[in-house]
Amino acid sequence: MTQTPAPLKRTPLRDVHVKAGAKMVPFGGWDMPVQYTGIIEEHRCVRSAAGLFDISHMGEFEVSGPAALAAVQRVTTNDAAALAIGQVQYSLLCRPDGGIVDDLTLYRLADEHYMLTVNASNIDKDWDWVTEQGGCRAAWSNVSDETGLLAVQGPKAEGLVQRLADTDVTRVPYYHFVKGGVAGVPCLISRTGYTGEDGFELYAPAARLEALWRALLDGGKGDGIQPIGLGARDTLRLEMKFALYGNDIDETTNPLEAGLGWVVKPGKGDFIGREAIEKVRAAGVTRKLVGFEMAERAVARHGYRLLKDGAEVGVVTSGSFSPSLERCIGMGYLRADLAPAGTEFDVDIRGQAHRARVAKTPFVPSKAKKS
Amino acid sequence: MANVPADLRYTKEHEWAKLEGDKARVGITAFAQEQLGDVVFVELPKAGTKVSAMKTFGVVESVKAVSDLYAPLSGEVVEINAELPKKPELVNADPYGQGWMIVIKLASPKEWEALMSAADYEKLIASAGH
Repeated sequence: MTQTPAPLKRTPLRDVHVKAGAKMVPFGGWDMPVQYTGIIEEHRCVRSAAGLFDISHMGEFEVSGPAALAAVQRVTTNDAAALAIGQVQYSLLCRPDGGIVDDLTLYRLADEHYMLTVNASNIDKDWDWVTEQGGCRAAWSNVSDETGLLAVQGPKAEGLVQRLADTDVTRVPYYHFVKGGVAGVPCLISRTGYTGEDGFELYAPAARLEALWRALLDGGKGDGIQPIGLGARDTLRLEMKFALYGNDIDETTNPLEAGLGWVVKPGKGDFIGREAIEKVRAAGVTRKLVGFEMAERAVARHGYRLLKDGAEVGVVTSGSFSPSLERCIGMGYLRADLAPAGTEFDVDIRGQAHRARVAKTPFVPSKAKKS
Repeated sequence: MANVPADLRYTKEHEWAKLEGDKARVGITAFAQEQLGDVVFVELPKAGTKVSAMKTFGVVESVKAVSDLYAPLSGEVVEINAELPKKPELVNADPYGQGWMIVIKLASPKEWEALMSAADYEKLIASAGH
């Protein structure tokens, strides 16, 4: 018997991407643009001007009512009680053994009303997880299908969004949001992103997304704005050492190993995974997620072995050519005693040892507005 | 339409070969470089290496992916493109010209006839492209 693969899901802009000449690839069950003109050119466009990303494949869940905060506190590791209305928080869903179910951003929309933005490939898994584990008293709703999401990132992003917005977005601090119209489309305007650049993520009704996309491209022509695919999104986030779920973190990795201990707040009270993570904290981690630079032009790919004096000491989780640095960089889990910056080791690339060195990260300074 | 020069022969793995007397110059096709995207590294054999038809002779790395390179013909590598380690982007810019990879001295000239013609290769990429 043969199994027919499930058809790829499409964002509201899928046909727009195809018409624009994007190269489409399957990603997490979605038909997504990997590049338009070329990964390196698109990457440089975001770093120097502005880039527009369709990230509508991401999932959005809302939870509201008197039990909403308790539900969010139980399923996520960061302290949601610390969030003001209008604020965003990076957080994790963890299993009881501390393994990472997903990473997410949490929005406090109103007093008893939160939104979780989760990874596209995990929408179904996360939905089952939060509704089963987050308590049946909280009112959860999966609004992924009707919610479109664009990211505008780069040094010209603020000026562009401000010209099109009917509210002052220049006063929105990093990891905060406002609601307002952008080119007449009602949006949640969030000063967040995953590129290391200043910029915004714009949540809008799926039915209005194409109008918003076109308005941003038209309005940003003078800024040199371009549509950006998933390929450059990956190199941009890698230069910041931002973890990608499924590559750098997954259910077998622990937040402390991944360098995400800063979003685990045991002081807030009980949550799923707390006990296991605290045990690891007390014992110390045996491996750490590090960033590394290759000594030569050789690309370390996901799954390649890390070696020290010929013995296996870790594994590559992400690797690519860095368009900003023009050298090959990567991330991987390395034995904890080898994790300090400057430590040299080898990457096994097709049977040959290639020298690498633990780097200080981020590889490229963040330009996100953190004041 | 991808560029498929009529005077070359092709493999189903998207390499091209150009006959130059008893040797053949080898590279990857315009279609292949388009599929790969930005090439950042090319690993080639040393001159003197023996290669076999449809066995790997090297690797091409783009930002997104790593791909094996297959020798269209058997023989000895007598020349490699020394520019490629410094300028791998030549593979994207000029796949049939400055982006060539190796020259093979042919061990078995009759293998040439087994390679795909430009017309057959065009049919292959027309079916692979969509």
